[in-house]
Amino acid sequence: MSDLLLSIRDLYVSYGKVEAVHGVSIEVPRGEIVTVIGANGAGKTTLLNAAMGILPARGSIEFEGRNILRQPVEDRVGGGMTLVPERRELFATMPVEDNLLLGGFLISSSERARQLEEVFVRFPRLKERRRQLAGTLSGGERQMLAMGRALMAKPRLLMLDEPSLGLAPLIVADIFSIIRDLRSAGVSILLVEQNARAALRVADSAYVMELGEITLQGKAAELAADPKIVETYLGLATH
Amino acid sequence: MDSTILLFLLQDGITNGALYGLLGITTVLVFAVTRIIFVPQGEFVTYGALTLALLDTGRVPGTVWLLIGFGVVAFFVELWMSRHDLDARRIIRETLTKIILPCLIALAVIWLAPMKLPPWANLLITLAIITPMGPYLYTIAFRPVAEASVLTLFIVAIGVHLSMQGLGLVFFGAEGLRATPLSTLSLPVGPLVVTGQTLSIYILTLVTMAALTYFFNKPLFGKALRATAINRLGARLVGIRTSLSGAIAFVLAAIIGALTGALSAPMTTIYYDTGFLIGLKGFIAAIIGSLASYPLTVIAALAVGVAEALASFYASQFKEVIVFTLIIPVLVWLSLSSHHVEEEEE
Amino acid sequence: MSNISTTSHPINATPAKSRRPLFFATLAIIIFLIPLIPGIPVYWITLLDNIGLAALVAIGLILLTGVGGMTSFGQATFCGFAAYTTAVLCAYHGMSPWLSLFIAVAVTMLAAIVLGIITVPLSGHFLPLGTLAWGIAIFYLFGKLDFLGRNDGITPVPPLSIGSYQFFDSRSIFYVIWVFVIIAVFMTSNLLDSRTGRAIRALRGASSAAESFGVDTTRTKLIVFVYAALLAAISGWLYAHMQRAVNPTPFGVGASIEYLFMAVAGGAGHPAAAIFGAAFVTLLKEILTRLLPFLFGGQAHFEEVVFGIVLVLILQKSRMGLWPLVERLLPQPADPVIDRSAPALSQRPQPEAGRKILDLKMVRKQFQGLVAVNDVSFSIKAGEIAGLIGPNGAGKSTTFNLVTGTLPLTSGEIRYLDERIDGLSPRQIAARGIARTFQHVKVLTDMSVLDNVALGAHLRGSAGVASASLRLDRKEEAQMLAEAARQIERVGLGEHMHKQAGSLALGQLRILEIARALCLDPSLLLLDEPAAGLRHFEKQQLSALLRQLRSEGMTVLLVEHDMGFVMDLTDHIVVLDFGTKIAEGTPAEVSKHPAVIQAYLGADA
Repeated sequence: MSDLLLSIRDLYVSYGKVEAVHGVSIEVPRGEIVTVIGANGAGKTTLLNAAMGILPARGSIEFEGRNILRQPVEDRVGGGMTLVPERRELFATMPVEDNLLLGGFLISSSERARQLEEVFVRFPRLKERRRQLAGTLSGGERQMLAMGRALMAKPRLLMLDEPSLGLAPLIVADIFSIIRDLRSAGVSILLVEQNARAALRVADSAYVMELGEITLQGKAAELAADPKIVETYLGLATH
Repeated sequence: MDSTILLFLLQDGITNGALYGLLGITTVLVFAVTRIIFVPQGEFVTYGALTLALLDTGRVPGTVWLLIGFGVVAFFVELWMSRHDLDARRIIRETLTKIILPCLIALAVIWLAPMKLPPWANLLITLAIITPMGPYLYTIAFRPVAEASVLTLFIVAIGVHLSMQGLGLVFFGAEGLRATPLSTLSLPVGPLVVTGQTLSIYILTLVTMAALTYFFNKPLFGKALRATAINRLGARLVGIRTSLSGAIAFVLAAIIGALTGALSAPMTTIYYDTGFLIGLKGFIAAIIGSLASYPLTVIAALAVGVAEALASFYASQFKEVIVFTLIIPVLVWLSLSSHHVEEEEE
Repeated sequence: MSNISTTSHPINATPAKSRRPLFFATLAIIIFLIPLIPGIPVYWITLLDNIGLAALVAIGLILLTGVGGMTSFGQATFCGFAAYTTAVLCAYHGMSPWLSLFIAVAVTMLAAIVLGIITVPLSGHFLPLGTLAWGIAIFYLFGKLDFLGRNDGITPVPPLSIGSYQFFDSRSIFYVIWVFVIIAVFMTSNLLDSRTGRAIRALRGASSAAESFGVDTTRTKLIVFVYAALLAAISGWLYAHMQRAVNPTPFGVGASIEYLFMAVAGGAGHPAAAIFGAAFVTLLKEILTRLLPFLFGGQAHFEEVVFGIVLVLILQKSRMGLWPLVERLLPQPADPVIDRSAPALSQRPQPEAGRKILDLKMVRKQFQGLVAVNDVSFSIKAGEIAGLIGPNGAGKSTTFNLVTGTLPLTSGEIRYLDERIDGLSPRQIAARGIARTFQHVKVLTDMSVLDNVALGAHLRGSAGVASASLRLDRKEEAQMLAEAARQIERVGLGEHMHKQAGSLALGQLRILEIARALCLDPSLLLLDEPAAGLRHFEKQQLSALLRQLRSEGMTVLLVEHDMGFVMDLTDHIVVLDFGTKIAEGTPAEVSKHPAVIQAYLGADA
């Protein structure tokens, strides 16, 4: 139990009257990368938003053994989990550096300075652009800034929603290698991705979500070989 | 027109302009944190002025009952909004801040008011009555719609303005009041006389402008407040309590409003709707300041004050027409120069 | 595109005819019968008169604010223009009120055009603030001008009359008012359900998309603005002759706020919601001014307090106004009938294959210091599928915006079929047969898929406000809807045709945008990341569709990051990096090009 960082059990989430997630259970062991793949509208983003506390949910969410179902977003951030949302949600009219510093809003100012240096080492591009307004960054830089901002809070669990969406192949490769590095640095990751091929390559274990339910789960490598997954999500390798 | 008249007009314009500036600054402040175009700021001014004027005469101002009313409603709204995760600690905290606190203030006022304390003490009492109204108001009217568009928030603000102005009429009546000056100082400057009262308004305007400019641009906490308005979800995701940000903005707005009212009450007779009229002009200044820059807002407010003073001399009939027409080209210019993507303004 | 395997509904089946028109007709008859109820107090009739007057203004405001997204704090001002015009003409110059109606409306519309030209281009919250500014200024002006009687106004204004019959009492003018109201509701709902109506609805949230399909959004905004002013003018004219006096008070910002309150309370769902909003606010005010003094004694000023509270509560609890509550009780509106037998819209001939269709020469775009597109040249042949690839921020979407006229060029030239098109507006470029989709989907989520797609056919129709509001546009409208339906089915969204676009997933919305672009009958189709968010299976379907379009002679230029998709589909690829073209050629050539591998693909691609 102690190596289980996040444990979601039997989670139901609704938007108004429409239920989007029906009884989903997911586990993220400490030090692992777990991915949830599935089609657009399958409820993956809803699941992450509920895990972060942006949407109310029924069921159980435990983080490091504590029930956090009722905790507001702000407390979950303080507790050690952060989310990089699909739309990035940056402070567009503030410079890159302020965006990052605000990411460390809940930690002490000396820790914040140290953390900023670390993020700049990981994302040298952000250091070059530290004075530029976040709204003027390119798509790849925005994703880096969103990840950097989330890392400023020193999370033990980083949740990423579609980090590769709309990004060029080279940048996608960059992002995934950073995700790998983060795991080596001890950050556990819950990754929601459309790019199933890349996600399964980087993850330890994986879940397939369809119409608000988990339909398959297992080791990432096993799922990558599953013929059904290959047909629907991966296709034959064309390059 | 000789130069003496011009000087008088200028002084008059600058004094009014400084008042407009205070309201403009507050409009910018509230917008920068909450995206609310805060029309009812004028009501805080009225409440502050009339509360002080009544305390001067040794009476208990009606605002204390208003304060209790606001507190009680805010208490219930708060409980309703957090009904899914209520615990004893929270109920105790809300009871203390929203029921016990206003009642204690009311008791204190009832005890102190008849003593006819000196003006500065009455000023402090006024601040104690008006300041908590800010966050209560935020909880009641704006927090439930905090995510709404700027336009929806604007219309909510107009609703709040109607109610607060109506309450002003109920609690203070239609007659105007005037307070005793805080200072009897008067300095002759050439043909003009600068009183301690006007001096205090100039100082308050400049100090507030400088303090807010610093606060929102330097410390991380000030930036966090601004971040709340730029991207509310983003702010929550880094751990900023967005409802607290709003409450803080409203505390500041109420303090500045009450101070503005208290300082202007000895200079002119204040009626229940005076605040709104001053507020509109402060509002113009804030718009010229793009709802973003404090110094620009103050400069614009001074310009509005001077333009108004000159207009009232040359064409007193058309003073308001001129002031409000002047703002239109400014709006056109601002709109053209801001690269505003309307798609985002849903 | 998704779930194409599931059986789709038979779209051709005629849907049950809605009983909604019948309901509205009955409602109108009931309204007209009210004054005939024996013993009904005059006071009630007067209230209904006031509701009707307010409803006229609120109908315009629903169109302007609720549908078009332009919040106005100046509607009472327009009532004032008309009321003062008719008062001056009839009281001072003895003109017949019926004649002065036309002059009052003309004066108001002229004023609306002047104010509209200033106001309508204002963006975001500057627009309502602008209306507030001139609303206040003109209110004070009414009270200061000698020839308008300053603050005392003009009195007496003669009543309306026909022959010797004078519409003196509330009962007789009731019919005049409500005939106008019902005509206004009828014409406004017709207008919304038309080519122009779609353009108006696009103003809020998709105006740049609308421009790309040939909608002149500034002109459309002005049309809505003047239309709303016209309704306010009729209300003001009626008011002057009903009250038989005018003064500045009812034309101030306070009154404008009240009208806005009505529009908000009613909601933007339907022009008839204005009647509910007007009734709600008028009755609430009446109850408050009568009831509260009775309860609290003395001063009657609690009404403002309660008024404000109710406004705030409505916005907190039901941001869509009261109409959704009313609508629940009404018969459901029928889905629009699609007339398959409508003659097809005319199509443009496709250019001969292999001819140069698009030619960029030294195209440059600079934003202040930043060079987004750096002297790029390339050309595309008719009948091919071309790809534009490169890292994020390389200038691909900017290039699209330059070709479609959304952004002006800094230097260089763009030719389309030998004609220079740089410098043309997006509308002119759309008219030449270039259609596009957007990287960030620009779709009206609260409009049906059908209406969203039909917006794409805007340039293939011509019906305007007058013919739409009088229902003279039905033949053309049927053709446009049939065309939209055809394109929706072609891209595989047939079963979603009547759903709200907002209920579709992001990938489906991208497909919807393709259907909308096809509705323009383009020769050149620009697709910005069409495959983003699609599953493998859906991408294959999209490929098949694009191949089919190519076989029909259409030319496609697409931006896409999915290299499998691009390499498989395209005939020709242009690669940009930092705004500069670094490579060009067939997919095979480009994928081996060292600069492309280094800047974009990476080693393991």
